[in-house]
Amino acid sequence: MSQLLPRTRGVYIQMEDEIAAIGSVIGASWTGLKAMTATSGPGFSLMQENIGYAVMTETPCVIVDVQRAGPSTGIVSAPMQGDVIQARHGSHGEYEIIALAPSSAQEMFDMTVRAFNLAEQYRTPVIVLADETVAHMREEVVIPEESSLTITNRRVPSSRDEASKAFLSASVAPMPVFGRGFAAHVTGSSHDEYGMRKASAPEAIDRIVRTINAKIAPHTREISTTEKTMLEDADTVLVAYGSCARSAEYVVKQARQKGLRVGLLRLMGIWPFPHEDVKEALKSARHVIVLENNLGQLFPEIERVAPESAETVFVPPEIIGTLHRPAYVLGQITREVS
Amino acid sequence: MSGQELHPLSKYIRKGAQPHTHCSGCGNGIIAQSFLRAVDAVGIPKEKLVCVAGIGCSGWIPSPFFDVDTLHVTHGRPIAFATGVKLGNPNLEVVVFTGDGDASAIGGNHLIHAARRNIGVKVICVNNMIYGMTGGEVAPTTPRGVKTTTTPFGNLERPFDLSRLVVAAGGTYVARWTTYHIAALVAAMKKALTRKGFAFLEVVSHCPVHYGRRIGISDPVQMMRWFQKQSVTIEKARGMSEQELADKFVVGEFVDIDVPDLNQMYEQLFEAAKRESD
Repeated sequence: MSQLLPRTRGVYIQMEDEIAAIGSVIGASWTGLKAMTATSGPGFSLMQENIGYAVMTETPCVIVDVQRAGPSTGIVSAPMQGDVIQARHGSHGEYEIIALAPSSAQEMFDMTVRAFNLAEQYRTPVIVLADETVAHMREEVVIPEESSLTITNRRVPSSRDEASKAFLSASVAPMPVFGRGFAAHVTGSSHDEYGMRKASAPEAIDRIVRTINAKIAPHTREISTTEKTMLEDADTVLVAYGSCARSAEYVVKQARQKGLRVGLLRLMGIWPFPHEDVKEALKSARHVIVLENNLGQLFPEIERVAPESAETVFVPPEIIGTLHRPAYVLGQITREVS
Repeated sequence: MSGQELHPLSKYIRKGAQPHTHCSGCGNGIIAQSFLRAVDAVGIPKEKLVCVAGIGCSGWIPSPFFDVDTLHVTHGRPIAFATGVKLGNPNLEVVVFTGDGDASAIGGNHLIHAARRNIGVKVICVNNMIYGMTGGEVAPTTPRGVKTTTTPFGNLERPFDLSRLVVAAGGTYVARWTTYHIAALVAAMKKALTRKGFAFLEVVSHCPVHYGRRIGISDPVQMMRWFQKQSVTIEKARGMSEQELADKFVVGEFVDIDVPDLNQMYEQLFEAAKRESD
């Protein structure tokens, strides 16, 4: 980005720390631009307070977090999916967030575009929750012609009159970006529907919390999509996302060769968690095997919607911080099924 | 509206945003008026002005009272947010209102780096030498020995000299005045608003409620008299010893130099990138 952006008068800046990075991204977004930052593990922890600020002030922006093995500095160059819950609940308070989970180099590109579109559409920060394997892998990427991309832009009020309307009554209000005479008042403090600080009225914070949740949750199916591979006749369904889904894909092929009826449900968006979609996809499964490179961060969500009649198990890699070895997963499947 | 005259600066005040939230006798009113006078004199159009507020009493000078784009952000981070605003739209006049705690404790890193990279953001730092909003805890600017709620036996640490810190970090316009020196304050604000690079204006302000009370001067007028008596100009300070300056406020212009600002550097980069791709 530091090489490409100057050619289109885009600004790339390396800030002094990750707190400043996300802060400057939010500031830039309020001038009407699309802005993003990228980090890994510790930097993502540092960004959490200002991610909450972006949620509260309904600021579109994109954060790429390449999950590393952790806690703390951990191992920079080992894959782990340890930030799944942090992406959902890392900032304090009650809020809804969008997080996408790429599992290929191509999806790093595609989902970053999509992240911007979702951020603009819902006026919210969107996280591209990658992991070390996906970020470091080298494979073919097709960069499409700009004209073939779908580009979503935020709505901006047409006048100060429109900008000063009660915005919390709209699902996603137009954004009164700076420099156009809207005299926007943007605050992370509890505010009324006109943006004025209401720091001691529970009714005001109640309204905000409900609004910022309600603008996202009902659209879960469109936001958090899934990919279904060989699910039609599958009695065993692997559920995976990110780099784990790559191992799972391979395992499905091998299992099919052995005559096992195994399919894959890949989650491309993990927050908001696609409950309905997952529930439907799993409804005729007898065995649900959840692969995550952690100790089961998304597992409870999946277990909650898996059919009661199914055996639902969690399978981390043999060594957390490495990829799932296909032979190992296949062994687990065989043990489950028999 | 016969018989009622509007204040000449009332056009800058957001409708419905009053009453204000400052304590009686607070220095923030003086700073607000000085700033708006400077904005009016320099002739900055309202739609071009963006105020970025930190957390603390100082943030409540522009937020929500000024009828301009206002970004009231997280504690300590206004300069980082302002950097994004200024890089996003260089045509905007971006002014940060921050306090001594906001700017030099939690946000100290952003302050020195903004000065170093000479981003064209103007910082008005209200230094009341204490955390006023939260009830009077010790700040990095509290003089040694002062008793606060968190230093009941007196402050053991040495205070920051904020203006000298910013000069050392590369600030291109740095000045300090107090809420007593109103004419000089307005003049310095005007100057800061016409500079292209990073400007830092430290305003030593009186907080009679949480600071004055603790040092035995709980009357705002007495506090301003104290500022008057204890202030020495930079020129005069040059001939004084460290001991003589120990309890003084050194006021004046610390630096005013012309160095290409960051937006100008980006313009050069864009031009070079364009030439290369042509």
